[in-house]
Amino acid sequence: MSERTFVGGIHPGYAKENTAGMPIVPAEAPSQVIIPLHQNIGAPCEAVVEVGDEVKMGQKIGEPLGFVSAPIFASVSGKVSKIEPFNHALGTPVPAVFIENDGQDTPFEGIKPNKSLEELTPEEIIAISKEAGLVGLGGATFPTHVKLSPPPDIQIDTVIINGAECEPFLTADHRLMLERADDVVLGLKAFMKALGATRGIIGVEDNKPDAISSMNKAVAENSGDYNIEVHTLHTKYPQGAEKMLIKATTGREVPPGALPMAVNVVNQNTGTAIALAEAIKLGKPLYERVVTVTGPGINKPGNFLVRNGTLIRDIIEQCGGLTPDARKLILGGPMMGVAQPTDEIPAIKGTSGVLILTEEFVRDQPIAACIKCGKCVEVCPMNLLPSFIGSAAEKKEYVLAEKYGAMDCFECGCCTYTCPAKRPLVQWIRIAKGAIAASRKK
Amino acid sequence: MERKLVVSSSPHIKSPETIQSIMVDVLVALFPVALMAVFLFGFRALATMVIAVIVAMATEAIILRNGSFFGDGSAAVTGLLLAMTLPPSPPWWVVAIGSIVAIGIGKHIYGGLGNNIFNPALVGRAVLFVSWGTHVAGSVWTRPVPFGFTADAITQASPLVTYNASLGDLFMGTVSGALGETSALALIIGAIWLFYRGHIDWRIPGGFIGIVFILGLFDGGFSMGLYHVLAGGVLLGAFFMATDMVTSPVTPAGKLIFGLGCGIVTMAIRLFGGMPEGVTFGILLMNGLTPLIDNMTLPKKFGEVKKSA
Repeated sequence: MSERTFVGGIHPGYAKENTAGMPIVPAEAPSQVIIPLHQNIGAPCEAVVEVGDEVKMGQKIGEPLGFVSAPIFASVSGKVSKIEPFNHALGTPVPAVFIENDGQDTPFEGIKPNKSLEELTPEEIIAISKEAGLVGLGGATFPTHVKLSPPPDIQIDTVIINGAECEPFLTADHRLMLERADDVVLGLKAFMKALGATRGIIGVEDNKPDAISSMNKAVAENSGDYNIEVHTLHTKYPQGAEKMLIKATTGREVPPGALPMAVNVVNQNTGTAIALAEAIKLGKPLYERVVTVTGPGINKPGNFLVRNGTLIRDIIEQCGGLTPDARKLILGGPMMGVAQPTDEIPAIKGTSGVLILTEEFVRDQPIAACIKCGKCVEVCPMNLLPSFIGSAAEKKEYVLAEKYGAMDCFECGCCTYTCPAKRPLVQWIRIAKGAIAASRKK
Repeated sequence: MERKLVVSSSPHIKSPETIQSIMVDVLVALFPVALMAVFLFGFRALATMVIAVIVAMATEAIILRNGSFFGDGSAAVTGLLLAMTLPPSPPWWVVAIGSIVAIGIGKHIYGGLGNNIFNPALVGRAVLFVSWGTHVAGSVWTRPVPFGFTADAITQASPLVTYNASLGDLFMGTVSGALGETSALALIIGAIWLFYRGHIDWRIPGGFIGIVFILGLFDGGFSMGLYHVLAGGVLLGAFFMATDMVTSPVTPAGKLIFGLGCGIVTMAIRLFGGMPEGVTFGILLMNGLTPLIDNMTLPKKFGEVKKSA
C-alpha cells in the first residue's frame, strides 16, 4: 500500500525515542485532586456535590450545563473540601472541586458493565458515551456524543481513528495502540455502529511500525463483520489534523469552514476509542487518561495513567523533578500545546502531554522583515499565504488578513516553525482571527 | 514554584534555518561559479569579486550600524552576484559604485532586506550599464585564458554578438562574457545545491529557461534554442537572480508566470531590441510586477471548490 499523506507540512525532529519504549504505568494518586468543572469545548458543568460530601471514585461531580458538554467525575474516593475557582490549563481560573483522597479508591456503585456491543442499539452507545463524559482526547476535547449525533440529513459512512500522533515528543497514543489495540478496535466498532458507518479506518504514521502491526493484528482478530482498515501514513506534521487525516485516508477534502461530517466522516482519537470501549465493557467513566511526560527538561520521562485533577507539580515530582535548565512547561505537544506560567495546574481530560523544554528552546530570536521566501506557503497544509496574513495582521489590517485566508487557519504552526526570519506568523494570525471574529459579531 | 517559567504562544520549537543560513547556502552555491571565473579570467576576476563583496558589506554595515560586518549575509550575496554580472576587470571604482548603488539604492532606500522591490545586484548592474557602459559592456569582454593569470587581456566579442561560439565552449564557459555567466557547468552545480537545500523551486528557472529555449527554436532550430539558453546571462539570471526570494512571487502559479515573463522579455530584447542581452532588464521588469502577480494568483485553499462563474 502506498504511503498516504497531504500537501504541505513539515518534518520537525520527532524526539519520541525517550518515551516510545516506555509502557504506561499508573501515576501515584495525589493526596488531593483539584478537578475543574470545565474540561471540554462547549458549556461548563455545575457541581452536583457539596463541600463536606463523601464521594467515590467514578461518581459524577459535575453535571453539564448544555448539550455540547460532558459530565465530570471524581478520580479518587474521599471528601470534598472546597469548591472554588482554581488555575486552568487554558488560562482563566474556573470553579473546581477539591477532593481529599482517602486512599481507598472505593468505586462508585453505579459503575456497572453494559450489554455487549452486539446487543446495544446506536442510541444506547451514544447515551453511554455521554454518561461516561467522553470528549476528544487528542486535545481538542469536543464532546464525543455530539460528534455521534449528526443532523438527520447527513449519513456518516466512515469513522477514522486518529493514531497519527504527529506532535513531536508525544507517545501516549503510540503506547495505547501497542498495549490496548483490542480496545481501540472495540471502540471503533462502537463508533461505527452508533453512526451506521460502513467503513472504519485506523491511520498511523509510519514512524510507529510496531503500532501498525499491533493494530493490524487486533483488526484481523476482532473486526468481525465490520469493515476496518489500518492505513500507514507518511510521517509528517500535521498528519493528525482532522482535515489532513481525512484527505490522506479517504481522499476527501473538507471544505473551508466546514466540519468533517460535511464529507460524511467522523474522526476520533485513539484514546477516545479506548475510553468508549471501557465505558461499554466496564461502565467506567472518564476520570483518568494517559499522559506523556517528556522533554529535555524532565529527569525521568515516561507514559503515565494520570487521574483527572492531579496537579502537574505532583506528576513532575514523580518523574524525578526538573533539570536545572528547564524553562518552559507545556501542556500538549511542542507545536500546538499551551505554555503554562505555573505547575499548579490540574491535569484534565485534554492533557495529552506534559512537555518540559530547556533554556536552548526559549532563547529570544530577533524578528526580521519577511524575505518572501515563500517557505510558509509551501508548508501550509491549508494552502494559505501565511506570510501575507501575518504581515497584514502585524499592521492590524484585518480585512486584508481575512482576504488571504486568516479564518481558515487552524493554527498548526508550520509557518512559524519554518520561517527563517523568525516571524511569529501563526501568533499574528491568531490575533487577526480574534479581531475578525469580533468584527463579525458586531 | 520558585523557578520562573517562560510563557509564549505555540509553536514552541522552530526550524534551525535562518536568513543567515540561507545566505550562506547561496554563497556556497556561488562558490563553483566564482572558482570557474578565477580559472577562466585569472586573478583580476578575483579582485573584482573581492572589491564588490567588501564594498557591499561595508555599505550595509554603515547604513545599518548594528555592529556586524557580515550581518545576515545578504550584502555579501548581493556584492558577489553583482560581480558575477561584470566583465573580468572593470576599473575598481566602477565596481565599488556598483556595490554602493546595489545596497544603498537597490535595497536600503526601500527599508532594507525584504522590502526592496527590485533585485539589488541587478539595480547596481543596471546603473553601471547606463552610466559607464564603456566599462561594463560593449567591447570590454575578454577572451578567457584558462590558467592564464596574466595582466593583459585580449578582447573578444560576446557570443551574443557573434552567434558563432560552440555549444561545448558555452557549456564549459570558455567564451567571453561576464564573470559568472559563461560557465553553464558551474552554474548548474551551484543550482543543484540550491535545489537540494530547498531554497529555489523549479518554477522560476524552469519557466525562464524553458521559454528562452522555446523562443530560441524560432531563431534557428534546436541548436539555436540551446545557444540562447547557454549564451549570455540566462542561466545566471534564472538560477541566481530571478530566484531572489524578496523580489519574486511566493505563490506557485506566480513563480511560473514570473519565470516565463523573465524569459519572454529577455528574448524580446535579444531578438528585437537595441542591446545584445536582455536578462537584466527582463528580471527587473518582472520584479516590478511581482506584487501584482502574487495577488492575481492566490492559491486555492484546501477544500475550496472553484466557484462556477
